[in-house]
Amino acid sequence: MVTFQFVPYNDIELLSSAKRINKLLNIVKEEKIVIMEGRLRKEEEADLIEITMEEISAKFRGIELSVIYPDKNKQDISQKMRGVFVNLLLGNRQGLTIIGPASVVKKIEQNPDKIELFTNESKTRYRKKKRKK
Amino acid sequence: MVKEFFKNLLNKLSFNPFKRKTHVKLGLYGPPNGGKSTLANRICQDWLGEEMSSVSHIAHETREIKIKEQVNIKNKKGKELTFSLVDTPGIATRIDYEDFLKRGMKKKEAKSRAKDATKGVIDAIKWLDNMDSVVVVLDATKDPYSQVNITIIGNLQARDIPVLIAANKVDLKRANLDVIHAAFPQYEVVGISAKYGKNIEDFYEQLFKVAK
Repeated sequence: MVTFQFVPYNDIELLSSAKRINKLLNIVKEEKIVIMEGRLRKEEEADLIEITMEEISAKFRGIELSVIYPDKNKQDISQKMRGVFVNLLLGNRQGLTIIGPASVVKKIEQNPDKIELFTNESKTRYRKKKRKK
Repeated sequence: MVKEFFKNLLNKLSFNPFKRKTHVKLGLYGPPNGGKSTLANRICQDWLGEEMSSVSHIAHETREIKIKEQVNIKNKKGKELTFSLVDTPGIATRIDYEDFLKRGMKKKEAKSRAKDATKGVIDAIKWLDNMDSVVVVLDATKDPYSQVNITIIGNLQARDIPVLIAANKVDLKRANLDVIHAAFPQYEVVGISAKYGKNIEDFYEQLFKVAK
């Protein structure tokens, strides 16, 4: 079974960078896949990788990370302006961040328009079915 | 006389927007097994006549920052640039010692490699702030839309560090430069084969443009 946990932007909005990252990593360490509203800042993404590396152990093998974000190059001026106002009023809620534990998520393939998430478990399930035959 | 006065004044204030950089700290960044060390070796072979790093098909061969000082590169016009070349460990979000076991390593060796690799990733990220220019080395046969690539380039952009993307392994049939161009349209992309030296002259020319 794969568990997804949704993290609304409100939950992390007022947290410091370190607390945001810890909150997300703690969920991932419980073998859950985080679906977060919005995205981390670029520096926070790098910090997330750094802290993940610090915490790697026999049990925790790292994360798979992917961010879907609207392509600003494809937006017209009115969309860009609207995005700026929304960000100013409500914070940067645009986009979606997916973080999964490496023990559960095999890989996340990201194309500009879609994300494909491959789990390790589905492979195991397939093997089990094969054995039954 | 007035021109000289302002020139001296700017020099005294250590700020001269017209001064051309002559010594650049150049970092090679990217995901594991993209060919950073192979490119570092190619540059050092071409300009110093010696190699810099060991290379391997197994990921995370480079697990600590390696620096080669005083690498002098000349372009076609005869202009010279001196680099401190910094070869960094590949940046990854997951490191599993069992992956090394699958490549034929013994458990103790695999665990030690994984531990060193995690330290290497941390060091590589910490060193981002020290770079004047960066070459992001990507494997042209692989999907460039990985979050690691996006995070590296995003962080360089946030730090205002000039970036050149080297799409490596263009000697392989599966290499697709168009996808890399499409993924990072705002950056200069040079297709190279660091292993065989293909298109390396173009790479040096682009390096001059980015690092100046």
